[in-house]
Amino acid sequence: MIRDITLGQYYPADSVLHRLDPRTKFVGTLLFVISLFIFHTFPGYGAATVFLAGMIGLSKVPVSFMFRGLKAIFVILLLTVVFNMLLTPGQVIWQLGFLKITWEGLMQAGRMAIRLVYLVVGSSIMTLTTTPNQLTDGLENLMGPLNRIHVPVHEIAMMMSIALRFIPILMEETDKIMKAQMARGADFESGNIMQKAKNMIPLLVPLFVSAFRRANDLAMAMEARCYHGGEGRTQMKPLKYKGRDYAAYGILAGYLALGIAFRIWGI
Amino acid sequence: MGIIRARKLGFDYYRYDENGQVREASHAVRNVDLDIEAGQFAAVLGHNGSGKSTLAKHINALLMPTEGTLWVDGMDTRQENELWRIRQRAGMVFQNPDNQIIGTVVEEDVGFGPENMGVPTEDIWKRVDESLKAVGMTAYRYHSPNKLSGGQKQRVAIAGVMAMRPRCIVLDEPTAMLDPGGRKEVLKALRELNQKEQVTVILITHYMEEVVYADRVFVMDQGELVMQGTPREIFSHVEEMRKCGLDVPQVTMLAHELRKSGMQLPEDILTREELVDAICQ
Repeated sequence: MIRDITLGQYYPADSVLHRLDPRTKFVGTLLFVISLFIFHTFPGYGAATVFLAGMIGLSKVPVSFMFRGLKAIFVILLLTVVFNMLLTPGQVIWQLGFLKITWEGLMQAGRMAIRLVYLVVGSSIMTLTTTPNQLTDGLENLMGPLNRIHVPVHEIAMMMSIALRFIPILMEETDKIMKAQMARGADFESGNIMQKAKNMIPLLVPLFVSAFRRANDLAMAMEARCYHGGEGRTQMKPLKYKGRDYAAYGILAGYLALGIAFRIWGI
Repeated sequence: MGIIRARKLGFDYYRYDENGQVREASHAVRNVDLDIEAGQFAAVLGHNGSGKSTLAKHINALLMPTEGTLWVDGMDTRQENELWRIRQRAGMVFQNPDNQIIGTVVEEDVGFGPENMGVPTEDIWKRVDESLKAVGMTAYRYHSPNKLSGGQKQRVAIAGVMAMRPRCIVLDEPTAMLDPGGRKEVLKALRELNQKEQVTVILITHYMEEVVYADRVFVMDQGELVMQGTPREIFSHVEEMRKCGLDVPQVTMLAHELRKSGMQLPEDILTREELVDAICQ
């Protein structure tokens, strides 16, 4: 069962969004997030809704997947809405003791809720349509300029992709060690949190030891295959912008221009 | 001149105490003279701790000799500027299939070596196609390595080395963690590579059955090279092999015991068929 956990939340499908260059999707998500803060009126949010709905339609990912991410931020969302409603000064609509809801507070709460929900759904579109590996590649490429200020971009990307490969292996190993310890009478279930944490020690120690051993082996295997950092390295699947990427950038530019226009004219 | 040549090769492991003083030195490899010709299928036999893995790591320049010299295709492994060329000429496959696969997709892993060597993109694809075909793993190219069996993973690892177009592949107990089926798969792939692509194969192992088809067998014990010859020559020395902590193949053992009890049998029986023929004569 533990093997079935999928990494990230990639949803395999064949859509335009899936085929877009990861860099395009990353920049697009970033611009979408910025646009959410440029728009500050409801017609503006209407435009964002249309854009988001269009993207969801294009992605061919079931809508329920998009909203799954919201579960994680539900508490934050609730707190934001409640505090904004109660603490914004203005025209009072309803009052109970020291609690009062104002018209301005209601508007502000609505705005914040829309921003938060759209932010999560928007970035879900990216993670649902891009494999973790493509994401790593895209990030490495976009962060390339940081190399000049001596940020080891290639090394970080390599670490990320190795981590992605080893997570399922280590999961399986955790499962195995857990069963082996349980067979010898270890108890991982009962007791309070402190006891449970203490009971994890016989699981964590062998897991760490084996992780280090694997790391050592892998480093040797990489060296044996001539790995010597990013210098002089070529790529099997270099990222290349295609026609659809330019089209996507065009659409994004139009969308952002719309946001700025709304802001200037105060719609 | 042979592709691998060692003269008086020695390697010591040191253990240091807290003050950086040598507390203990152990000789992992001592005084080894070794010659392997290009195109050969060579096997290195030895029980645990005989120094065979240490010797393997020297061929890939992962370890530098503390004594003597090792040449790979005419290059001294101690010359640092030749390091990447040596590792490209003599590829290496390790024991644990999980710990040597880097890519999250089979084809990406095979492309890892050529990427490191700076091969142009189109060439990488060509090499990946060829190497996957050579080990019979083309059908799995888009799979995740985590979903493959042990034997398949090892074949991917071999393809990864082949994509670097080496002249020689060193395999450090590649079948030790596999089931009998996987072991057969890997050996078959190796024999095909050796015969079709003329790649020199150096197989480090402690399974006797795997060396039957080798052109030349080297036996190591306590860091020293104690015997070398064809499998027939080696396995006819049943008693010496036992002294090194090694067993000969079951069939050879049986023939040896039968001969001891007085049956007229030749000394160099390796396969079941040969034994059947010899007994029926």
